[in-house]
Amino acid sequence: MIETKQYTAGEELVNLFTANREMYNEGCPVFMNGAREAALEKFYKAGIPSKSNEDYKYTDLRPVFQNDFEVVPRYVEQSVDLHEIFKCDVPQLNSHIILLINGWYYGRNRRVGEFPEGVICSSLQHAANEHPEIVEKHYNKYAAASADPMVNLNTAMAKDGLFFYVPDNVTIEAPVQVINIMYSKENTLALQRNLFVLGKNSEARIVFCDHTLNENYYILNNLSECHIEPDSRFGFFSVQNQHNGAVNITSFFANVEKNALLDTNTVTLNGGVVRNNIKVQLVGEHAHANVNGLTLADEKQHVDNFISIDHAVPNCTSSQLFKNILDDHSKGVFSGQIHVFRDAQKTEAFQQNNNVLLSETAEMFTKPRLIIDADDVRCSHGATVGRIDEDALFYLRARGIGEKEARLMIMFAFADQVLSQIAVPVLRERLEDLVERRLRGELGPCQHCTLNNKK
Amino acid sequence: MTEQDKILEKATSEDYKFGFTSDIETDIIDKGLNEDVVRIISAKKEEPEWMLEFRLKAYRNWLKMEMPNWAYLKIPPIDYQSISYYAAPKKKPQLSSLDEVDPELIETFNKLGIPLEEQKHLAGVAVDAVIDSVSVKTTFKETLAERGIIFCSFSDAVKEYPDLVKKYLGNAVPAGDNYFAALNSAVFSDGSFCYIPKGVRCPMELSTYFRINSANTGQFERTLIVADDDSYVSYLEGCTAPMRDENQLHAAVVEIIAMERAEVKYSTVQNWYPGNKEGKGGIYNFVTKRGICRGDHSKISWTQVETGSAVTWKYPSCVLLGDNSHGEFFSVALTNNHQQADTGTKMIHIGKNTRSLIVSKGISAGVSNNSYRGLVKVSKRAENARNFSQCDSLLMGDKCGAHTFPYIECANKTAILEHEATTSKISEDQVFYCNQRGIKTEDAIGMIVNGYAKEVLNKLPMEFAVEAQKLLAISLEGSVG
Amino acid sequence: MLTIKNLHATIDGKEILKGINLEVKPGEIHAIMGPNGSGKSTLANVLAGHESFEVSEGEVTFLGENLLEQAAEDRARNGIFLSFQYPIEIPGVSMVNFMKTAVNEHRKHNGLEPLKASQFLRLMEEKKKIVEISSQLTNRSVNEGFSGGEKKRNEIFQMAMLEPKLAILDETDSGLDIDALRIVANGVNTLKTPENATIVVTHYQRLLEYIVPDYVHVLYNGRIVKSAGKELAYELEAKGYDWIKEEAAE
Repeated sequence: MIETKQYTAGEELVNLFTANREMYNEGCPVFMNGAREAALEKFYKAGIPSKSNEDYKYTDLRPVFQNDFEVVPRYVEQSVDLHEIFKCDVPQLNSHIILLINGWYYGRNRRVGEFPEGVICSSLQHAANEHPEIVEKHYNKYAAASADPMVNLNTAMAKDGLFFYVPDNVTIEAPVQVINIMYSKENTLALQRNLFVLGKNSEARIVFCDHTLNENYYILNNLSECHIEPDSRFGFFSVQNQHNGAVNITSFFANVEKNALLDTNTVTLNGGVVRNNIKVQLVGEHAHANVNGLTLADEKQHVDNFISIDHAVPNCTSSQLFKNILDDHSKGVFSGQIHVFRDAQKTEAFQQNNNVLLSETAEMFTKPRLIIDADDVRCSHGATVGRIDEDALFYLRARGIGEKEARLMIMFAFADQVLSQIAVPVLRERLEDLVERRLRGELGPCQHCTLNNKK
Repeated sequence: MTEQDKILEKATSEDYKFGFTSDIETDIIDKGLNEDVVRIISAKKEEPEWMLEFRLKAYRNWLKMEMPNWAYLKIPPIDYQSISYYAAPKKKPQLSSLDEVDPELIETFNKLGIPLEEQKHLAGVAVDAVIDSVSVKTTFKETLAERGIIFCSFSDAVKEYPDLVKKYLGNAVPAGDNYFAALNSAVFSDGSFCYIPKGVRCPMELSTYFRINSANTGQFERTLIVADDDSYVSYLEGCTAPMRDENQLHAAVVEIIAMERAEVKYSTVQNWYPGNKEGKGGIYNFVTKRGICRGDHSKISWTQVETGSAVTWKYPSCVLLGDNSHGEFFSVALTNNHQQADTGTKMIHIGKNTRSLIVSKGISAGVSNNSYRGLVKVSKRAENARNFSQCDSLLMGDKCGAHTFPYIECANKTAILEHEATTSKISEDQVFYCNQRGIKTEDAIGMIVNGYAKEVLNKLPMEFAVEAQKLLAISLEGSVG
Repeated sequence: MLTIKNLHATIDGKEILKGINLEVKPGEIHAIMGPNGSGKSTLANVLAGHESFEVSEGEVTFLGENLLEQAAEDRARNGIFLSFQYPIEIPGVSMVNFMKTAVNEHRKHNGLEPLKASQFLRLMEEKKKIVEISSQLTNRSVNEGFSGGEKKRNEIFQMAMLEPKLAILDETDSGLDIDALRIVANGVNTLKTPENATIVVTHYQRLLEYIVPDYVHVLYNGRIVKSAGKELAYELEAKGYDWIKEEAAE
């Protein structure tokens, strides 16, 4: 373990890496280590993003890097058995439970159920050494072009995370639940790297839950790359429930091939500063992406969803729906882009962003964007910011429903338009329950595993 | 015939030898920009010390700034040291008759229905029937003076109404507001000043006058409009024919101040030279336009039809400071061939019960890029703010681009903000339907485009709207196979 | 007036019309019937000059001139009118402006002065009565927000305005209730003269009770497989199209 206290900015991270280069490269194959230098260079030039970076206009990350924290370039075995802390009581969701700790694949995972033959579910570092033929083909292929300093920082310094591979023609029925835990005695910066590869005509769903187990200050820089081959269906559902002192910077890159479907939903229930980068590239005809998200924020929480969907070829469809309910001093940010490339004719791309402010002090910043370079397309976006619908409220009260309950009903209905898009009933019901409790103020940040929460 | 028409009729039918013999001010100072150049400009215009200070402050700000690069525009580097910043009034090549004028230009004039005499004026033909700007000016001035309205060139205003200019200059667009506004503030050549006193409704659209007045104001014009309590003015700015101006860079500033219950309507038809079909030449149009609704219940309305310029960078904005104040922005931006436009508006809600409306219609053809960029900002104290934005794009052909970049920033829960954007194309079926009724494709496209832009065109004063409609059709010529 | 010889047409490389022969004389009403997908609407669109269809073979003369060489607007000005099966909406373009442009283009083609605004409005008032169309509709944008029946009435109204020599009514009865059908048919009959001709394209016999044809042709698989008098329409109504298909297959 390296003492890394007192460094406060990007330059110090770069120094940390150069001083400990061998330790960062240790255990990782050449293709991972080879990508580090170029990414580090890009990160060094750009620095920690501030408001002068147009893509971080409303989310200045410099202050969150001012605190002292540790960076751990080696896996550290936990003294407690994490499986003792997490027990899932939802039978439909407990087939496969995979634990990750501070960005690393947990060494004593024993709840990973039986998968069909050929499926690989393991530590990324392990897979990179054992299955280089699969990992090298996709590692850093979709994230490399990014100018985002946080993406480049991840490529430079991340060493492990989850690797998940589904071979051609294999369907995994039960959702795979990933519990992503931050738990350390010290304030910690974790760098996590995941890779998901779905072979042709395959199908899988991952539920990814971010948690913090104690009140220490955490920054999680988590990056997932996802490659979906023709005719496959991949669902990625992210549930974020960290405490208010935690910073969660998550990047998700998806490469969607012909006739494949990506279905993703990001539900942010709690967190200090949350930034979700989602970049989807539709690269084969008739590919489709649903990119949805729901944020419930209060106190001083800050949640920024930064979405970009590229329609690179004709005949693809995409749909974005993001909603924010903001209370107290919280801030919500939405930046959603649809880019229709030249000659990507017959594109249909829709985007909707609706926001409700509940308090005098909550703020919403929204930046829906269309970049259209083909003419035979149907694209639209809409954005609204407003308060709760007073007419609807009155209507409910006129029917005898108390104001508090009526407000909850309206807010829940507003939120449920996002949740109802989730095609996995058991997950949808679970999230509806969590959201309702969150709206009632009954769900605090970091109540261990939210999906395990006993009522 | 309206009074305005009579005046114009009189002016245009009179024989008056004005020509272009007035080479009193042909002196051009050396290319380049430094503090001395700013001083020379101010000295040549015989400006008071405070005006020079304003310019110098702007210049010093400009030095510290960088040209903005956030717009969706590809602009080759501009060498600000290779431009001459004082060449008053610009001398046009003198032609002896319309026969020497580019026939394409004449064709355009005819399509626009511009009277022959005015054509000559616009094309820079030195003949004796050039509109007598002096007499038009004085005739108008009398009518306006009766009501206490001040309407004069900026230079005259600095000399004759220094207190008013000093009080309001830089209020809406401070000297260091942005790169181009700072440049303008340092070196602006001339422009217009308009003051409407309390309780006065300006009896005429201030249009024709300006068209004549501004023909030679050059690259860096500056307009200041102050509407005092309970006053009203409709101001039309426009070059209604394509000026084959050799200037590459235009950086204008327009400031509007609306006091209590005042209303200002500002309409623009911009048709600067867009460059040729290969994208050579054409004007870079970097304009800062901003109005402040300072008084309660005041209203500022921007309407623009942008069909010209190689590059347009323009965001007419409203700062809604007074309670119950109201801002509007109606825009049609058309780009063809290699044109690029990044245009939109900012609506800054500060007062209570403020309202804003944005209607933007983009039309892209050829290999052009057309972007809407807008900001709606609701500050903490702006109770009950309302905004509705509608941003539509029409694509003609598969080589052009249409982009939408709205920003919405809301810090008050009582606000209701709505933004909608759509993208469409002219369907072959619509064109065929018109063809089948005997209407040729070119006319059908013109008709459909004007139908699409109607909501905005309806906001223009009648005579302007007709010209704008024709301009849209002309600007699209050759864009449909 | 109209002579079609061995007309073949394709769309996206697929042959829809496979050798149509038809002769239409002034004063005649021809009905073209046939099952769905037989090529009826294609024939109507090819005659009007829709560019999605490619004529691969054959010839069409109209009033002694080669029709296929003419642009769609020239065909219209020469007197061909297509009542569209699905009239398209053109947002923002007012009916008045649209019709005024069309009428004056026709007048210019015929060497006439354009109508003045007042003359034009009077003409509109007069023609509106024929199809009982309300001013509310003509004050709107072209077909925008019109119901199915209103769109069809609007087509016949335009026909009245443009006074074509050959009117092609493409499934004008589809989507009409019985009252609207009567109004539309009355309109067509009112506009009938010994000099002009009409081609009625329809799937059902229903419309032909109101617009009585001189000839009925059955189009099947891109060819006219049967031609007869109006009695053929009744036979088709009673027996359906299957026997035609069988006959054609033989």
